[in-house]
Amino acid sequence: MTEVVLAAAPTQMLAERRRFRVLRKLAAHRSFKIGLVLVAILVLCAIIGPMLTGIDPTAMSIRSRFKPPSARFPFGSDQYGRDILTRVLYGGRLSLSIGLSVALISGVFGAAIGVTAGYFRALDPYVMRLMDALMAFPAILLAIGIGAALGAQASSIVVALSVAYVPRTARIVRASVLVIREMEYLQAARVSGAGDLHIIVKHVLPNCLGPLIVQLTFIFAYAILAEAALSFLGIGPPPPAPSWGNIIAEGRDYSVEAWWVMLFPGLAVSLAALGMNLLGDGLRDVLDPRLKIET
Amino acid sequence: MFRAITVRLMQSIPVLLLVAVLSFILMHLLPGDPAVVIAGADATPAAVERIRRELGLDQPIWQQLLSWFLNLAQGKFGSSLVLNQTVLSAVAERLPVTLSLAALSLAITLPLGITLGILAAYFRSSWIDAGVMMIALIGVSVPSFWIAILSVILFSVTLGWVPSSGYAPLLTAGPGPWFASLIQPAMVLSLFQIGFLARMTRSAMLDVLDQDFIRTARAKGVSEWRTVGKHGFRNALVAVVTVGGIILSLLIGGSVVVEQVFALPGIGRLVVQGIMARDYPLIQGTMLLFGFAFVLINVAVDIIYTLVDPRVRYD
Repeated sequence: MTEVVLAAAPTQMLAERRRFRVLRKLAAHRSFKIGLVLVAILVLCAIIGPMLTGIDPTAMSIRSRFKPPSARFPFGSDQYGRDILTRVLYGGRLSLSIGLSVALISGVFGAAIGVTAGYFRALDPYVMRLMDALMAFPAILLAIGIGAALGAQASSIVVALSVAYVPRTARIVRASVLVIREMEYLQAARVSGAGDLHIIVKHVLPNCLGPLIVQLTFIFAYAILAEAALSFLGIGPPPPAPSWGNIIAEGRDYSVEAWWVMLFPGLAVSLAALGMNLLGDGLRDVLDPRLKIET
Repeated sequence: MFRAITVRLMQSIPVLLLVAVLSFILMHLLPGDPAVVIAGADATPAAVERIRRELGLDQPIWQQLLSWFLNLAQGKFGSSLVLNQTVLSAVAERLPVTLSLAALSLAITLPLGITLGILAAYFRSSWIDAGVMMIALIGVSVPSFWIAILSVILFSVTLGWVPSSGYAPLLTAGPGPWFASLIQPAMVLSLFQIGFLARMTRSAMLDVLDQDFIRTARAKGVSEWRTVGKHGFRNALVAVVTVGGIILSLLIGGSVVVEQVFALPGIGRLVVQGIMARDYPLIQGTMLLFGFAFVLINVAVDIIYTLVDPRVRYD
């Protein structure tokens, strides 16, 4: 009922007040705050960290191979004598950008497809059957197949993971659209002569934003984990440019003698995924308490 | 009951067909020429051309799709280019490994995930709840292959409790070695599922424990154990079964990576090898089987759903 009143109210003030309420609730949510701080620290490290160490992440030094963590190499060095701390910081740029790109692309295409299926009911069965079929393949296998088809590089990982996550996003958006389209304010808009495009942009999209944002934070977390797994399987961004996944993959062969090579990038992946999951939990509690976890 | 199964199976036919078409498209997306792969690096162009004609790859794409469908209808999934065996026999050979891994992993996941979820819901907002949710959150945030490598360093290299890789078949090697070869991979694989299941069970239990019938049960003196275990969990089970399909698909996806780390000769490893070797019929066939398995698992979940909750109908 409040939805109806708010959406029908012509004043900007009510919408603004609602936005403040959401922000206040988020500010009071503990796991949201922890997640936000974690993610913020990791993003900051990825952006300014590399400038602070001032070392080339691909610079090799035969004399300092496999140095354990020390003052000179806080995270140790790898088989080429490269500084792991610097590589993890640079790797964060690549891994976090891959996560962000996958989340954004899945969001845009998932929303477009979900709105189409939910709003134009005639198209719904065809669109959703296709999405069901895509979801029948395990996400990681679909990504391996597409990644292999496009070649080992960062952009093909983004495409591969997006294809895997778009159907899941579309399903969630469609479910919200199905509820929204029955709302009175939507019928009111239609009766007063609003066109489909106007209704979708002004009423449908803003109202399914909550579940969508929640889903996208989880996709961000999955994408970071999946990038690492794909790199491990040899379909990631190719070395020597570091990503968290390919540092772990390279360190695997020396995991017993030089555990630090794979330990620290793995910790970075875990912290990033943990941060995004905490953020997502907080957003879900505030934006959409009824939403269940979806993969 | 029989009617419900039939209806649900009929509904899944369009999806199964689409799954088949998508497997076909995926194979044709892969770069490279299968004929060149089969003929080998130093084959003459004429030989390559001959093989291409034999495989029917010179025909228009829709005709290839049609003939693939006709073969599928006869149960022919084609032959691997590299392994010198049919796709079906390659899959059949590796299926026991993946099924053993999945079964063991489920045997760990279900009791642990559900118990943790119930405990967290029952002791809501206490340190138990916070602890369980933290474990669950770590479970879904840690990359499985990374924890697998760490686990190998600890349990195989340092302590020497279990082998670090390889598979010991149940029938030839006996249950002891079989279990030893699988327990570590299964536990690694369970980590994510346990976290996921505990979170789902907790939220389902929270919904149920607030209901009036729980208060009634307590008021009339039903023991706490029965109230939560029987009245509560029975009803939360419906929501838990709903995610059963997701759990199983996570299991299938996760096994691809875990089999790779522990060098287990299962289906996941077969597909990855197929993709790396550009073994087109193998990729196409196994992807199709994965897709089919997933769709059928979901049908099974829906049917279990009707058994657990008689209110649900598929008509």
